[in-house]
Amino acid sequence: MDNKNLTLFNRIKDSDIYFSFIKSPTAILSTLILIIIFFCSFFVELVTPYNPFDPSSLSLMEAFTPPSWTEEGLSKFILGTDGQGRDMLATILYGSRISLIVGFSAVIFALVLGVGLGLSAGYFGGKYEMIVMRLTDVQLTVPSILMALLVDGIARGIISRELHDEMAIYVLIFAIGISEWPQFARVSRAATLVEKNKDYVSASTIIGVSNIIIMFKHILPNIMRPVLVIGTIGLALAIIAEATLSFLGVGVPPTTPSLGTLIRLGNDFLFSGEWWITFFPAIFLVILAFSINLLGDWMRDTLNPKLN
Amino acid sequence: MTFLKINNLSVNYEMRRETVYAAKKVNINVEKGEILGLVGESGSGKSTVGNAIINLIDEPGKVSGGSIILDGTDIYENPENILKLRGKKIGLIFQDPQTSLNPILTIGEQLIETIQTHLKLTTEEAKNKAVSLLKEVGIKDAETRFNNYPHQFSGGMRQRVVISLALCCEPELLIADEPTTALDVSIQSQILDLIKRLTKERNLAVILITHDMGVISETTSRVAVMKNGDLVEIGPTKEILTKPKEIYTKALVSSVPPTNKKINRFKIIEKENKAKGETNIKILNRWTKKEIIDQDLVKIKNLSKTFDDNFFTESTKNSVMAVDDVSFNIKEGESFGLVGESGSGKSTIAKMIVNLYSPSAGDIDFDNVCITKIKGNKEMMKFRKQIQMIFQDPYSSLNGRLKVKDIVAEPIKLHNPSISTKDIDSYIYDLLESVELTQQSAERYPHEFSGGQRQRISIARALATQPRLLVCDEPTSALDVSIQAQILNLLKDLQEQLNLTILFISHDLPVVRQMCDRIAVLKNGKLCEISKTEELFKNPSHDYTKELLKLMPKIESIYN
Amino acid sequence: MVMLVVAFVSFSLFNFVGDPINNMVGEETSDEERAELRETLGLTDPIYIQFSRFVVNASKGNFGISYQLKRPVSELISERLPATIELVLVSALIALVSGTLLGVYTGINRKGFLSDIILAISLLGVSLPTFVIGILFIYLFAVILGVLPSFGRGEVVSLGYWTTGFLTLSGLKAIILPSVTLSLFQMTYIIRLVRAEMMEILQTDYIKFARARGISEKSIHYKHALKNGLIPVITIAGINIGTLIAFSIITETVFQWPGMGFLFIQAVQFVDIPIMSAYLVFIAFVFVMINFIVDILYYFIDPRIRVKAEAVSG
Repeated sequence: MDNKNLTLFNRIKDSDIYFSFIKSPTAILSTLILIIIFFCSFFVELVTPYNPFDPSSLSLMEAFTPPSWTEEGLSKFILGTDGQGRDMLATILYGSRISLIVGFSAVIFALVLGVGLGLSAGYFGGKYEMIVMRLTDVQLTVPSILMALLVDGIARGIISRELHDEMAIYVLIFAIGISEWPQFARVSRAATLVEKNKDYVSASTIIGVSNIIIMFKHILPNIMRPVLVIGTIGLALAIIAEATLSFLGVGVPPTTPSLGTLIRLGNDFLFSGEWWITFFPAIFLVILAFSINLLGDWMRDTLNPKLN
Repeated sequence: MTFLKINNLSVNYEMRRETVYAAKKVNINVEKGEILGLVGESGSGKSTVGNAIINLIDEPGKVSGGSIILDGTDIYENPENILKLRGKKIGLIFQDPQTSLNPILTIGEQLIETIQTHLKLTTEEAKNKAVSLLKEVGIKDAETRFNNYPHQFSGGMRQRVVISLALCCEPELLIADEPTTALDVSIQSQILDLIKRLTKERNLAVILITHDMGVISETTSRVAVMKNGDLVEIGPTKEILTKPKEIYTKALVSSVPPTNKKINRFKIIEKENKAKGETNIKILNRWTKKEIIDQDLVKIKNLSKTFDDNFFTESTKNSVMAVDDVSFNIKEGESFGLVGESGSGKSTIAKMIVNLYSPSAGDIDFDNVCITKIKGNKEMMKFRKQIQMIFQDPYSSLNGRLKVKDIVAEPIKLHNPSISTKDIDSYIYDLLESVELTQQSAERYPHEFSGGQRQRISIARALATQPRLLVCDEPTSALDVSIQAQILNLLKDLQEQLNLTILFISHDLPVVRQMCDRIAVLKNGKLCEISKTEELFKNPSHDYTKELLKLMPKIESIYN
Repeated sequence: MVMLVVAFVSFSLFNFVGDPINNMVGEETSDEERAELRETLGLTDPIYIQFSRFVVNASKGNFGISYQLKRPVSELISERLPATIELVLVSALIALVSGTLLGVYTGINRKGFLSDIILAISLLGVSLPTFVIGILFIYLFAVILGVLPSFGRGEVVSLGYWTTGFLTLSGLKAIILPSVTLSLFQMTYIIRLVRAEMMEILQTDYIKFARARGISEKSIHYKHALKNGLIPVITIAGINIGTLIAFSIITETVFQWPGMGFLFIQAVQFVDIPIMSAYLVFIAFVFVMINFIVDILYYFIDPRIRVKAEAVSG
């Protein structure tokens, strides 16, 4: 009878995933770091009094203030200020918000597109599958960063210059998303092929369940594990890709700087000794990506029974 | 002095939630020149004992006590000892010849390497030895085959290569872990004969690990029965099989389908679901029972199925004829058996009947309607409802993400869209109780059940649409014999009470004999013969059937 | 096949993204002049004729004239090509050799202390964007230590069409930082792949069977497992070189390396379509070549494919 009282929470608590989670200090630590970063980025107004985008907060007098622990540092700017006197910590957090928004949106876009195509290709097979897989093959031969650059380049050609700055963030999401979907398509197709040949799918067909319901009710939940792993690693890649594109000057415009933009802007000051302007955003970016990758790595090991 | 002495051997697996005792104080002795059978169901620890002898227990297993003494050497006294014995004094054969050879080295390279590891021979001498070994295990053209890669050999030939590798440095002890389970009956008997011959010629001590009582009775001189890590009984094979002392051994022997006669029901001594006595087919109240009319429910006419290996180029060169012009009828209410080895096309026919595949040629009539030509989905649903299937692998036939309740509810909802939620629940409970599962099972997930219980869930799901024809594709071949006996009994009960027609597909002749009224024998997609069960077993007309009957391992052979 | 698709994409780029005429002429050009130019460039011809002309021209290496630099694209590319090729080759060598070695080591010694360290570093490597590594290297080795140059190729020696930096000390010094930067990401990737592959193979039945025959651990690791484990590495090596070319865009930007990637990134910023499409065709060509070579290598290494191929041909 006690099985009836088994709540979702108890099921999670009882699962092997939870068990290996609490046994893995790296998984806990990286989750903790990620929660802190997500919180600070999305509720940045609560965390810091400065708003780097408010023109009245700019103060050239306070520009190039080094971090607070150095001799010339000011205690009100913990990580110092940039060339326009903006507080580095606030700028980084606002930047990370943009990086995270772009990263998440791009991954979700790639996931929906890739899983949709991969699942249907694996399930229906035939010519349709061949076309989809050829498409992923062709696209996989073009490295993702190049793909994103191309999409961005084309978008620049199509969209007028004035509109472009406004549209930049959507173009970026699209460009990164488009460059990552084949991974999802391949993984979900491969997993679908395995699941499709399992007897429970045959059983459903024999009962008379329609293809759409078999795909989404039966197969989809069973292929989510590898998709989630790819999604987590993909998030790190998307954030890095966004930073890279912004660093190359083809990402988000400097008016709404992301982490990559900040690093690029700060890079100019590296040789003149103002290292903190580029160093802190870079370290922040690395910690963010590293934590996501640690979590993804742990997920891969835990969710893949093959390597246990 | 005893050649191999296993003393109080205990092996533990430290798992997350508990420690599994895979072997508990096991004592076994083996002499030279004898074949000792080690028999037990899955999880009995029989393979663990085999692996412990050669010190290759999978992680996280550990030997926690006892000793193994081979020809005076204690294997666990010094970790170096076993390294000198592996291959040299102890040979090991695994179950699956497909995976036990390194795919990118020729068999010659693998043989020579093994020989030179243990014997001081030049490459030329090693090669000569390898070739003569290959000849000894029955590989023709050994000189040319020597340079082939493993994938160029068939399953049976590969197992011969594996045996030659195990024997190439003249070990005195051979451990064979389910050496024929992955092979067809005809090849199985050849491999067993080979092992028997080599045992005699080389005066080997052999431990044959298997779950198959027929193999035990035909091959071994002594047998050890294991259950849950305990050694239940050990003694001469004849004595154990004919006069078992322990209850477990009795249960095991009585669960084995006899090959020489047909019995009504299997005697169940220890039941999986202990509480239940008589089967209670509750679903009977809801069942709209069709009276059995004397007619052919299924008519299969000149059925063929071709699989294109390479369907982009559409070349006929690579196409495989899985089913070739097969015709037979199934009478309403009967159990019809379809028998054949792997690749005989028996499963393909089943999948065409349930409309998972469409035939390349020929027709299938169900209740006098040709179901292979139906186009409309609505029309098809009528027949989907009447034909259901039970699959071989209980682990893949249930969606692990759904509760048992939802698995069984799906067909009910689909075919009775107007049914109320309350009614569905009681419908599900009736179905579950009909297959001897408790109501509480409904709230659980498939992974919480054993293989036999999962197969029961599968049956409940199939019954949910109230089918007339139940296609059973090797429904028990993934199960242990004692569970198999229970499932077979259940199927018989259901058939009698619900007037089901059953198409029973199996490679296992004794099982088919117990289950079926008539039997069709298939080979390479072609029909060999159809006849009444008892007639087929007593007077087979086709040569292939005679061959199969002769080679099938018989537990009764112990009486002769 | 792939080449044609890519050619078509770059052709479409060329034709439909923006108006090529607009890009070529100034604001003050009259409509008549534009129409005339359109005629002479053949832009009024049907699409398929334009496309076939594009393919023919492209196969001759003629991609038109850069909008921004007003020089033939082919000339620009052949000028920049050696720098990129040298950079990518050195990086590929570093990534493949050290990646495979470390991967095999961590795959065999699963629980060692050194393995854990290598794995942690490799995960960090995956998380470090290439440009961040570049910046850190520049800051450390060029700004603080001042031992290695932070930009350019150093002195190069001209060998006919080719210019090489391998023959001068400054050229060799200049390639260290960019090539290490470029290889790091790929190297960590290969480590993880080879490790996973080795671990999987070491659990197969045939390894267990080899152990049961008393084959030494050394032979099991380096003869039985490694050979099987290297098969997927070949594919990865192929993809790896392609990816390195793409990522050279970033490295070249950071180190102001005068290669094709640097050229391309400028082209993207100024919507210089001819350079973009030429670069795309070039990359596709490299990929097709690599795939071809990988297929041939497979044929020699994996007997299963070899026998299949012989059966089909025979």
